[in-house]
Formats: sequence, structure tokens, C-alpha cells
Amino acid sequence: MATISAGIATSHVPAIGAALDQNRTHEPDWARLFAGYDWTRRWIADEKPDVVLLVFNDHATSFSPALIPTFAIGCADSYLPADEGWGRRPVPVVEGHAEMAMHLAESLIFDQFDMAIVQEMEVDHGLTVPLSLMFGQPTLWPVKVIPLAVNVVQYPPPLARRCYALGRAIARAVASYPQALNVQVWGTGGMSHQLQGPRAGLINKAFDTAFLDALTRDPAHLEGLSHIEYLREAGSEAIELVMWLIMRGALGEQVDELYRFYHVPASNTAVGHIVLRPRR
Amino acid sequence: MNDPIPGIEDLDDIPGTTIFTLQRARRGYPLNQFCMSLMSASNRTEFKSDERAYLARWPMSSSARDAVLRRDFNAMIAEGGNIYFLAKIFATDGRNFQWAAAQMTGVTPQSYVDMMRSGGRSPDGLRSKRKGG
Repeated sequence: MATISAGIATSHVPAIGAALDQNRTHEPDWARLFAGYDWTRRWIADEKPDVVLLVFNDHATSFSPALIPTFAIGCADSYLPADEGWGRRPVPVVEGHAEMAMHLAESLIFDQFDMAIVQEMEVDHGLTVPLSLMFGQPTLWPVKVIPLAVNVVQYPPPLARRCYALGRAIARAVASYPQALNVQVWGTGGMSHQLQGPRAGLINKAFDTAFLDALTRDPAHLEGLSHIEYLREAGSEAIELVMWLIMRGALGEQVDELYRFYHVPASNTAVGHIVLRPRR
Repeated sequence: MNDPIPGIEDLDDIPGTTIFTLQRARRGYPLNQFCMSLMSASNRTEFKSDERAYLARWPMSSSARDAVLRRDFNAMIAEGGNIYFLAKIFATDGRNFQWAAAQMTGVTPQSYVDMMRSGGRSPDGLRSKRKGG
């Protein structure tokens, strides 16, 4: 059967992708950020996951306001990096795992999580920047990716509690997949940031630190937070953090924190990154 | 188990912040759909060559159209625009999120960058209109 061996969370700021694509990673503003991912790049090269279930949000790219699914799972063979307004990122096409994705979709729906099914989707920085952070600039991504898109653009997004429960259902769905595959679940987005209006630029390091602490030891506290608390404390776009709870829910009750990194700023955003291992 | 549905008075209590509610999405639908069209290079070229003519294809209010022409992002948000859609406009102009944030906060790009480098904007005093911070 397939096994979830680790969970990763990271911010997915578009400027990080631009810095990589334009070879500006050695500039002082960026060098410290990329150094914060060195540990994980080495670690993941040894871990060699077969499949990453990558929880992200579409930023008005494949889902226009005409149709915004709350939870959507990609069942395609591949996903093209999108032109978000400045051309496509020069990164490899993302290879999917359609067979496993279809199994997950069926399992989740029979487990009462009514996923939208995606057969065709271009993927934006929300999905490609985390891949770049973990794998650098290869000619082919070394994993297959199952994209799981969560609406956090149109209010209201799903509750933190619902996201955590979806993570637990993902654990059941992965465990019932017959092929022996090494699966990681990634949660992306966050941490504190606000991109709009006179309060833009908000950063709340105390909130972010407490979130990272609780993610490892007390996720129940985080699933109890209301949307208003996320928006008020960590900024209007920090509601993306509910996606980290999907990853955390998939890892089971007890986890060990293998690595953590926190950095301000990347563009307008506090960058958080954590690597967790389920305790067996 | 049910969470209470927060009213607009709660959502609108956060200073300097516009939550993209369904009501705002309804109002901003043509504006945001116009933004989506800028995801192709040929549309971007067409828009830049005659912005007024291009904007006339979308049934948005004249105030929304004017806000786009002025590149007034706070005004576009008031018209139901959401920043992830509006980002296609400043990307078309070759600008980034920091530039747009500086404009929305009324400071120069350099002083905005300096603020972010020194840790960003503190939430202290900016949590609630009702509670006066």
C-alpha cells in the first residue's frame, strides 16, 4: 500500500519563482531565503518521494470567477505552468499521477468529501514555486504531483476544521491505494501577509511562530481558529494557512518536526517552512 | 459544531482591508473577468495599444473603468476587484506586488521595500475599527 512518509509546508510567493527564473538567488535579499531551503533540498534527495500530493490554491489562474471550486483534485497526466500575466515560468511541465488521483477522488467522495474533478488545469506559482524550492532547477521534476486546489481567494474559504478533517480522509485514501508508493503531502501558502489595501505589508511574527509550534504539537488549536482570527491577526491573504492543516491532518496525531525555517520578507510575505514526519 | 456565519460588520471591522465576499465578487465580476483576459500575451498587447477600447468590451461601471485607467488599485478593490485578479493588470505593466502594495498604502516603492526589510507592518493598532485598534 502507499505510505505517507512526510509532510512539508512552505510559502509559495511568486517573487521567489521570479528570483530563481531570473538568476537573482545570490542577491542579498534572496540569498538568506534560499539558504533556508538547503537542508530540505538535501533531505528530499535522499527521501525520493514517488508522489507529492500538493495542496495549493489557484490564484485567479485556472479558476476564473466564473467557477471557483472549494476543493478540487487534479486527475490529469500533466499540468502546464500557467502564464499569470508575465509569461510562463521556464520550469518543467508538471507530471501527474492520474491513476492514484482517481483513486483518491473516489475514496474522498465516498468518505463524504465532495471533490471537484479536474481533467485539465494550468498551474500557477502556488504549485510551481514549492517544487522549485524543494528541487531547484532540474530539467524534469523528480516526482509525480497530484494537485489539490483549495479556494482561499473567494470568501468564504473552507473552515480550518474542515481542512484538517480532509487531511485525515486523505490519510485513509492513501492507505487504501494498493501500489507501494512513497507519498509526501505538501501544504503551501501563508504565512502572514496582506497584499491589498492600506494594511498591505502586514507581518505578524508572533502569530506565525505560534502557528508553527501548534502545527507540530497542537493542531487542534489551529482547527479551532475562526476565519476572522486568521484575517485579523495575520492578514487577508494569510487565510491560505488553512491549507497547511490539510497536510497536517494527513500525518496522524503525533509528528516529529525535522526542520523549520522562518524568514521576513519575500516580497510582501513572511516565509515559513516546516518538515514533519509522522510518528509510528 | 456549526460555526456562526460572521456578518459583514465583522469582516469590515478590520482596518484597511476589504474581504472578497460573494457580494463583492458579484459586483466586480466584469472587472475581474477583464483581468483574467490579460493572461494571454496577445490580449495584453491589444489592451496596451488602446486601453479604453479594450475595456469597453466588459460591461463594468464607468467608475471601475476609470479606476483601471488610473491604475488606482484601492478604487478597483472598492469596485469589487480582488488583488489576485488585479495582479494581471500590474503584471501587464511590468510591475510587481511590492509596487502595487506601495501604491495602495500611499508610500513610495522604496519606503515600502524598506518597511518590509525591517520586518513588515505590525498588526498592533490595526486589528479592529470598533476596538480602535
